[in-house]
Amino acid sequence: MSLELLPQPTLRTESDYPFCPGCGHGPVLDALNEALVNLELAPHEVVIVSDIGCSGLSDQYFTTSAFHGLHGRSITYATGIKLIRPDLTVVVIMGDGGTGIGGAHLLSAARRNIGITVLVLNNFNFGMTGGQHSTTTPEGFLTPTTPAGNLEHPLDICATVGVNGAAYSYRGTSFDDDLPDRIAEGITTAGFAILDVWDLCTAYFVRNNKFSRRQIDSTMEALGLESGVLYRNDRPEFASAYRKLAEGQHPGLRVKTVESAAPVLLDTRRHLVVAGSAGGRVRSAARLVSLAAMRSGWWSAQRDDYPITVKSGHSVSEVIISPDEIHYSGVDKPDVLVVVSDDGLGKSGPYLESMDSGGVVYAAAGLDLPRTEAKVVTVDPASAETRIPSASLALAMVASAIHHTGLVSFESFEATAGEGSFGDKNLELVAVGTSLATS
Amino acid sequence: MPVDWETATRGPTITETASIQRETIQREFTDGATAIVRGALDAGCDFFAGYPITPASPILMMMLRDLPARGGVGMQGEDEIASIGMCIGAAMTGARVMTASAGPGLSLYSENIGMAIMGEVPIVIVDVQRLGPSTGAATTTAQGDVQFVRWGTAGGFPIIALAPSTVAECYTLTMKAFDLAERFRCPVFVMADKELALTMRSVDPSRYMPVDVRDRDVVDPADTNPPPEYRYDPPEDVVPIQLFGGSHPVRFTGSTHDQQAFITKKPSIVGALNDHLIRKITDHLDEISMVDADLDDAAETLLISYGVTAGSMREAVVAARAEGTRVSALTIHSLWPVPEPAIMSAAIGVSRVVVAELNPGLYTREIERVLPHVEILSIARTDGVLISPDQLHEVIK
Repeated sequence: MSLELLPQPTLRTESDYPFCPGCGHGPVLDALNEALVNLELAPHEVVIVSDIGCSGLSDQYFTTSAFHGLHGRSITYATGIKLIRPDLTVVVIMGDGGTGIGGAHLLSAARRNIGITVLVLNNFNFGMTGGQHSTTTPEGFLTPTTPAGNLEHPLDICATVGVNGAAYSYRGTSFDDDLPDRIAEGITTAGFAILDVWDLCTAYFVRNNKFSRRQIDSTMEALGLESGVLYRNDRPEFASAYRKLAEGQHPGLRVKTVESAAPVLLDTRRHLVVAGSAGGRVRSAARLVSLAAMRSGWWSAQRDDYPITVKSGHSVSEVIISPDEIHYSGVDKPDVLVVVSDDGLGKSGPYLESMDSGGVVYAAAGLDLPRTEAKVVTVDPASAETRIPSASLALAMVASAIHHTGLVSFESFEATAGEGSFGDKNLELVAVGTSLATS
Repeated sequence: MPVDWETATRGPTITETASIQRETIQREFTDGATAIVRGALDAGCDFFAGYPITPASPILMMMLRDLPARGGVGMQGEDEIASIGMCIGAAMTGARVMTASAGPGLSLYSENIGMAIMGEVPIVIVDVQRLGPSTGAATTTAQGDVQFVRWGTAGGFPIIALAPSTVAECYTLTMKAFDLAERFRCPVFVMADKELALTMRSVDPSRYMPVDVRDRDVVDPADTNPPPEYRYDPPEDVVPIQLFGGSHPVRFTGSTHDQQAFITKKPSIVGALNDHLIRKITDHLDEISMVDADLDDAAETLLISYGVTAGSMREAVVAARAEGTRVSALTIHSLWPVPEPAIMSAAIGVSRVVVAELNPGLYTREIERVLPHVEILSIARTDGVLISPDQLHEVIK
């Protein structure tokens, strides 16, 4: 009888780690391997997403799937993977450098509570590029970029994600015996888990600061930081919650066509500009003209212009109606310009300048119009039997202009205005508009 | 001038119904952003991530509204970097992905565009161009990113960029972008602009020409003895993609890598890899090249344009021909790689080429490179105003 040793299960490759003697990364990766083995995960069920830096070399020493991306962005790739395949175990391995440059991703992943596990190999400096200080370098410590001592306060990774919704956060060191269990705990936690593991960079941080295992502990104490599982938040995991929320949602996109129900002859292209104020329903009044033109069998285009503060300032809509397809959507010279308010007048200068005696301006009474070669028609809103609210004046004035000029078929305009849930209200305004006194 | 202002205060002038009752026509009143979204969904896009930015935000909002109900995932990232990062992760896990932004956001995509090139990731990136530089003017149109998309990441390696010039082409070329992304495993840009994306237009729905988007060529996920992730021989070949989540582990890297995606600096391997990244695209120009050539054998002038400015060019050509001017026009739909044979062919016999674009003459330099012996006039505008048909008509009279 012979004794055969069964091979120990492992997700490690046969290659030795490339890390410096005494570097803490190797022991942490061994702990990760032990955790994955204990969880009985197969290589293809695990995706290790590695960041950049010494920690970024890690994925090459595992037999699992691996994604080696850009510096600080590993959490974003991991999120994309998890969103598509929530069943995969996605582990991010990053350094303290990655938590700094990718800080926004760290925060957002915690807030989303996306079900990935982030292992931070935190050795307080950029080990791959020469030992420069990072977001976790404690105050006073020496690095090549803080030659007189670091002035910045170190980032408390666990508290940052912990108060922002992460399901699990743990702080420990590469010397902790229970690290495999804690990593397994993070992985089996449904939401976002982070393990901030402090370790030694023997190439730089140890050398520059006579730093040691003992000083890891004393530094933690001096900063008033604790170790162990520090924060737990019982919140739904994002990828599952998203799918659950998606049930019962309906697509909003559909093709809604306008029928040329009442074809009318049009000889040439026409341009209308409606210039008013934000909140004055300028765009919807202009849109009725565009749709009315389509109802008449014409082509139309509409360009709306308004400031980014959408509820204040001007609102200008340019409408082109055409017997043939419109390939150029600029309005260089309006045939009809409707000026509803002072805000609109402020944007009408170039239009008024371009218009000649063939053009017509419909201006609300009381506006101080500059000289123009166009015919000016003053529309008096006060002549209406009931007061026209400012949010309705654009439609009333457009109705007046269309009624008088025949820019589009008035019948098509009326039919279009009467459609939809605002139809009755619109038709009232159209009637008011056509009755307004003009001079 | 259609308005009879003599009667302008008297009453309706146009009530005459067309004597020949045409067949009833159905047209949609919509914009390029909507057409891009529709194209993406029809192409099978099931993952979108983006960050709000004018004038690309409507695409973000429509995708996030429509994807969940279709079984897809739509994310608003914490920034553009996260958005494209999520897309890349999702693409390598089997999703058809798209993101959309404008110039400022494209700047933040830059490093990940390089990674998508290096890792050979199929991804569609919509650039709704606005006037720059910097924040520029968010609601002002421009075509200033045409060189930026080509050279916007370190290394100088090729990408593919398509430029629709109508709303219907926004639909068709977005679908085409997905097809090319699958075919070549690389970032494919859809170059729209504020005017095309947000100006509402009546559109004949029959003009939405669907594209047959090929299925992703993947290594069988059940294959327990798969080929290596990457292969560079012959250099122009694109090999099936290996996705996360199958029955074997898969490796991906943004570093120079060997066939198994392990980091290497060995010159023979790195040289083969980078040669492959170039030649898989440049050797297949014929599969990518798309132009609309409206040529007149007797033309002395050839107009060249793309995107929204091609619309002005079309109207200028109609006006010029109506006067008896012989003129040719070339709309370039595939900006990158430059469709050189199509440009050279269109320029045969002309003595002058006019290139119209809303930037400081950025694509003109490509035309100058392709046509070194022809007089080339650049009509370039950077004041946020469209080049008008009149402006072009003046030049070709």
